[in-house]
Amino acid sequence: MILKCNILAKCVGVNSRNWMFLLSWFFFTTNMASAQNQVLPPAVESGVDFARDIAPILQNRCQSCHGPDQQMSGLRLDTREGLLKGGYSGPSVRVGESAASLLIHLVAGRDETRVMPMGGERLTGRQIGLLRTWLDRGARWPERPQDAEEFEELRSPLRKQHWAFTSFQRPAIPLLKDKRWSRNAIDSFVLAKLEQEGMTPSPQADRSSLIRRVSLDLIGLPPTPREIEQFLSDDKTDAYERLVDRLLASEHYGEKWALHWLDQARFGESDGYQADFTRPAAWRWRHWVIDALNGNMPFDQFTIEQIAGDLLPDSTVDQRVATGFHRNTLTNRESGFPLEMDRVEQVFDRINTVGTVWLGLTVGCARCHDHKFDPLTQKEYYELYSFFNTATEVNIVAPLPAEMTPYLEKKQEYDRKWHVLMDDYNVHQLQAEWESKVLPACLHPDDSTIDLQWKVVCEELRFEVDGIHQSRFSGGEEILRIPSLDRPERYSKNLTRYFINYTFGRYIDKKIYEELGWDELKERLKTLEAQYPALSVAQTITDNSDPPDTHILLRGDFRSPGLQVQPNTPSFLPPLANVNEPNRLVFARWLVSKENPLTARVTVNRMWQEFFGNGLVTTSEDFGTRGEKPSHPKLLDWLTTEFIDNGWNVKAMHKLIVTSATYRQGSMVRLKLQSRDPSNRLLARQARLRLSAELVRDAALAASGLLDRRIGGHSIRPVLPGGATDLGFGDFVQWPESTGADKYRRGLYIFRQRTLLYPQLMTFDAPNTLVAHCHRERSTTPLQALTLLNDPVFFEAAQGLASRILNERQGSVADRIDYAFQVSLGRTPRAEEQERMLVYYHEQKRILHDQPEPRTLLIQGNAMSGIDPIEAAVWIGISSVLLNLEEFITRD
Amino acid sequence: MRSHYFQNIQDRRQFLQTACGVGTISLAQLLHLDRLTADSGELTNLNPLAPKLPPAPAKARNVIFLFMSGAPSQLDLFDSKPGMKKWDGQNLPPSMTTKDGDFAFIKPTAKVWASPRVFSRHGESGMEFSDYLTHLPSCADDICMVRSMYTEQINHHTGQLKMVTGTPLVGHPSMGSWIMYGLGSESENLPGFVVLNSGSGADAGSALWGSGFLPSSYQGVPFRSEGDAVLHLSNPPGVSNLMQRARLDAVRDLNEMQVSKVGDIEIASRIASYELAFRMQMATPELLDLSAESSKTLEMYGVNDEPTRPFARNCLLARRMVERGVRFVQLIHGTWDDHIDLVKGLQNNCDIIDRPTTALIKDLKQRGLLDDTLVVWGGEFGRTPLAEDRTPGQEGSRGRDHHRQGFTMWMAGGGIKGGQTVGKTDDFGFHAVEDRIHVHDLHATMLHCLGFDHKRLTYRHQGRDFRLTDVAGNVVQKLLI
Repeated sequence: MILKCNILAKCVGVNSRNWMFLLSWFFFTTNMASAQNQVLPPAVESGVDFARDIAPILQNRCQSCHGPDQQMSGLRLDTREGLLKGGYSGPSVRVGESAASLLIHLVAGRDETRVMPMGGERLTGRQIGLLRTWLDRGARWPERPQDAEEFEELRSPLRKQHWAFTSFQRPAIPLLKDKRWSRNAIDSFVLAKLEQEGMTPSPQADRSSLIRRVSLDLIGLPPTPREIEQFLSDDKTDAYERLVDRLLASEHYGEKWALHWLDQARFGESDGYQADFTRPAAWRWRHWVIDALNGNMPFDQFTIEQIAGDLLPDSTVDQRVATGFHRNTLTNRESGFPLEMDRVEQVFDRINTVGTVWLGLTVGCARCHDHKFDPLTQKEYYELYSFFNTATEVNIVAPLPAEMTPYLEKKQEYDRKWHVLMDDYNVHQLQAEWESKVLPACLHPDDSTIDLQWKVVCEELRFEVDGIHQSRFSGGEEILRIPSLDRPERYSKNLTRYFINYTFGRYIDKKIYEELGWDELKERLKTLEAQYPALSVAQTITDNSDPPDTHILLRGDFRSPGLQVQPNTPSFLPPLANVNEPNRLVFARWLVSKENPLTARVTVNRMWQEFFGNGLVTTSEDFGTRGEKPSHPKLLDWLTTEFIDNGWNVKAMHKLIVTSATYRQGSMVRLKLQSRDPSNRLLARQARLRLSAELVRDAALAASGLLDRRIGGHSIRPVLPGGATDLGFGDFVQWPESTGADKYRRGLYIFRQRTLLYPQLMTFDAPNTLVAHCHRERSTTPLQALTLLNDPVFFEAAQGLASRILNERQGSVADRIDYAFQVSLGRTPRAEEQERMLVYYHEQKRILHDQPEPRTLLIQGNAMSGIDPIEAAVWIGISSVLLNLEEFITRD
Repeated sequence: MRSHYFQNIQDRRQFLQTACGVGTISLAQLLHLDRLTADSGELTNLNPLAPKLPPAPAKARNVIFLFMSGAPSQLDLFDSKPGMKKWDGQNLPPSMTTKDGDFAFIKPTAKVWASPRVFSRHGESGMEFSDYLTHLPSCADDICMVRSMYTEQINHHTGQLKMVTGTPLVGHPSMGSWIMYGLGSESENLPGFVVLNSGSGADAGSALWGSGFLPSSYQGVPFRSEGDAVLHLSNPPGVSNLMQRARLDAVRDLNEMQVSKVGDIEIASRIASYELAFRMQMATPELLDLSAESSKTLEMYGVNDEPTRPFARNCLLARRMVERGVRFVQLIHGTWDDHIDLVKGLQNNCDIIDRPTTALIKDLKQRGLLDDTLVVWGGEFGRTPLAEDRTPGQEGSRGRDHHRQGFTMWMAGGGIKGGQTVGKTDDFGFHAVEDRIHVHDLHATMLHCLGFDHKRLTYRHQGRDFRLTDVAGNVVQKLLI
């Protein structure tokens, strides 16, 4: 047990200071000091025969996990060598000393949390006794031929022959019987398959459907009636291609595609645990993503900057901002939660996310042990893990281009006012007194004469105030340790802000607090800061100056380090280019190397998924051995090589796909096809897809004319009736509603509070922001209906749309109904629809006429003055009906 | 007995027929498609919440999970340890300190704190309760008390995830979602999985009713105490029910026209979702309106009294929901996280929950609902036999730290054998030593009561078949009738 402690001391601590910390009051476990004297079942007295007594135990109870098929914890118990060598925990036995053998301890259940075998009945006392005697007498194991490569052979089909792990070659474009339909290579692959099946593609969608489809797919917004009209009247042959070019050049393109990337990056703006503290700087990374996508940054560069932008030679601020990808991990700041455990969880999350996003592999399963059907071994998992184990978190100043000049102009003035404020309330002296209490608690966490409360403050400082070098383990404590006059200004101010706003008030008498006028100080400080906006900050990662070694963590537990490992990539994938200094940057380059069989395949497949509802590989998150096979393997490989040959040009790929005849097909369900290919894997038609949560909102706001089209920047919080009450934990989660134009920004900008995801997003299947999501669900629920019918945001959209119809189109009711259809659905109504709307129009008039309730409620706050309230209310009803149609929230 | 399941499928067919009656082509198409999907075993694709038969005969149809977030102290409520008195204020004996322990705040050198409460025996089995609880003991013959729970987690968020989702990792479905996935909903006009919150809520927040990687149709619907019970349940201001119905009729008719044009069956389920939404709008006010309850019932729960009011209302609503076919009611009350001044904290919480909880069990029983409603009460872990003393000497400073190796939960109804105490902790209530029951075992047993083999209720995600019980869990036969 002492041995284990030593190992722990050597392995777990990031550096000596952190190791001290681990032993402190804050984290303590008696895990390592389990029962020393518990009696083991005695060795049996009789003779032991391997074949009769031992082999059956090993075969029946051990080898399914520690045998030829798999070696959990690296242990193999079907050979004597394996037994002696042991696994990740070290040797499993000591021959001649059964009482000191790990294997015996485990089967005897010395540690209740760790008993072997893992499933089924425990071994009997007699069985343990037999094993003991056998070990004590030399662990004789009669020779039998063993194929050392047996295991590798069993696993090799998984590792070597799985289609997604093999390299790709550019397939020849198939020859078609009928060449008329095909527009580009994509179509040749698709049609060849259809021809094989004796099926025909669908005719091209009508042009109004086409412009709505491609607009929603490329920029996430429906086309305006004007844009539709222009397109419909454009009779040049390249009208569609020019439309596509215009959309690809739109700044809304970056917004639309950021959404998909944010899902994968599990982007959130709060910690995700317990109090779910917000991350006010998180938006800065989202801003980077939008910019990068709009600028058509090649995907390889996009990858490298996000994985390791900080390690690029002379990295720019933007390249460091890109690493914010990894700051989307959750953080558990719950008091009493071991810091090192949280850090380790974050590293797990980082490598798991990278595995899913770039490699399309669920690597996280190998965290605890090897799996029979998983090509990745536990050891390989920790080799990947080690690329990220050296990273630490740091927040940097990352101003947007427009921020710098006004900031510098006003800085002196701001500083002067700041100092006046501090003097007015004697902040320096009070802070110094407070620091004199907290600093000793930071320096001597084990000193029991220091009140626990100051230790708690110290802990909070580490989390909640930025440090210069790393925020996780030192944070604000680092600042506290620097004599106050030597502190860099930004950090010094941060500490003071924290002191004023969060901590001081909690530790003084209420009366004194009031006498000092502290609330007034907070208020004045708030006003001052609002007057002089600070420079934007970004959350980034950087390499730890004192990086920890990486060990296999037995059972995935940070307290159980095993074998030490070095950074490396899995053996079933191509080797690293630079094996001398394998770091995150080398890893990033490996991800997008031409030899990597996964990244490009996974990426083009997800593009395909966004344009057709499903990828060519339907399990777009899983290209592993348990994932689905591609429906069109050659098309997938062709797209993959095309992507790489194009220099990872994303917009070019998007253009290629949306200009194909395959993409342009109609989406009508064809009964005959439905029975032969119910899930439309052969692509004999386009898919009808319900819009993503954010796009449902955007479409309603766009139709209403309320949409605020500003790109990038801070997040917003739309109206939420009843606020966050009852949904979050305690009063921690607040939801201060946005006002003015902010209210009408796109769904992409809605603040992603992890434990309280904005209900409209949750209702329409936005992912939970906790782990990488590659594919959104599209459910149909009554809560969606309630949202579209009654949510004030959508009702306001209906009011806006009504106002547009009434103001923008004069004429008969039928004319206006026509226009309403055009604005909302991008088409004119069919006769039966026109007729039904008219019936509804008159029905509503009648109801409203008889209705005692004030009709003005309906049109409150809306620009419909001068219009008969009943007429206005009727049009709000019609608008709301349109916004509730299945067609409205569907991409045809 | 279970024929209503099939009835419902029949109804749904009829619904599709009526809903599509207007369209001329669509009906035949839809029925054709319906048959197709039914043949391929994917009928539920149309309505993921359609009620399903469990694979095995079930004792329980509904679950009410009274989740006491923050972790109540078992030592001061249920697990009497008179022998601890002589150790009060001292260190644990060496035989105990060598045991595996893991604390959030305190060290193993913290001093033993024997419960200051008085325990007494109740019911035929002589079940023990402390004097904090004055009502609940009258249910002793219905309750199965489990004193030997254990878990691996000692922090709230991860502990709550473990208790409710079976894993400390984020992104996994909650128990209620698993059950919705397995059984669907029997309610025609209410959500099948409802969450009611009182007190300060739970640390893990919406993860406790989230559907994780399961389709989001299975997520719980939180009923709110402010504004609309279900978000956006009320018509917008100025819109009467008559107008709402006219609006819905127009939406339905236009959607039907679209079905006949494009033939997409998804539109039919969209139409159905609007009908359910409208029924929810109509049914929920009735559910929430307690005026039809007798004054005796209101009195029994304490609906009109302080401090019981919010929790009592939720308990009564839980019964009303079960009556109306809501499958899983998760009632969260917190926080029980008594690090400081445990004596007062427990008193406050017991004053709130004791009477309503008792009333709920009695009420379910007198209405014949307890037999097929599984009631489960407990927190995410337990609390230490050692005192946590943050400011020694100060009054009310003493509390207890988080504890994972032994704690108490109780269950009733739905196939559980009442009137028995199962499991035992050691002399200090430190480790469960007899009939140790892990969180996975609890989940396996709950699923068993609902007619499931917990190993077979799986969902394929990222290439792996996941289940509520991960790779562990055994049904605890002792708990069952």
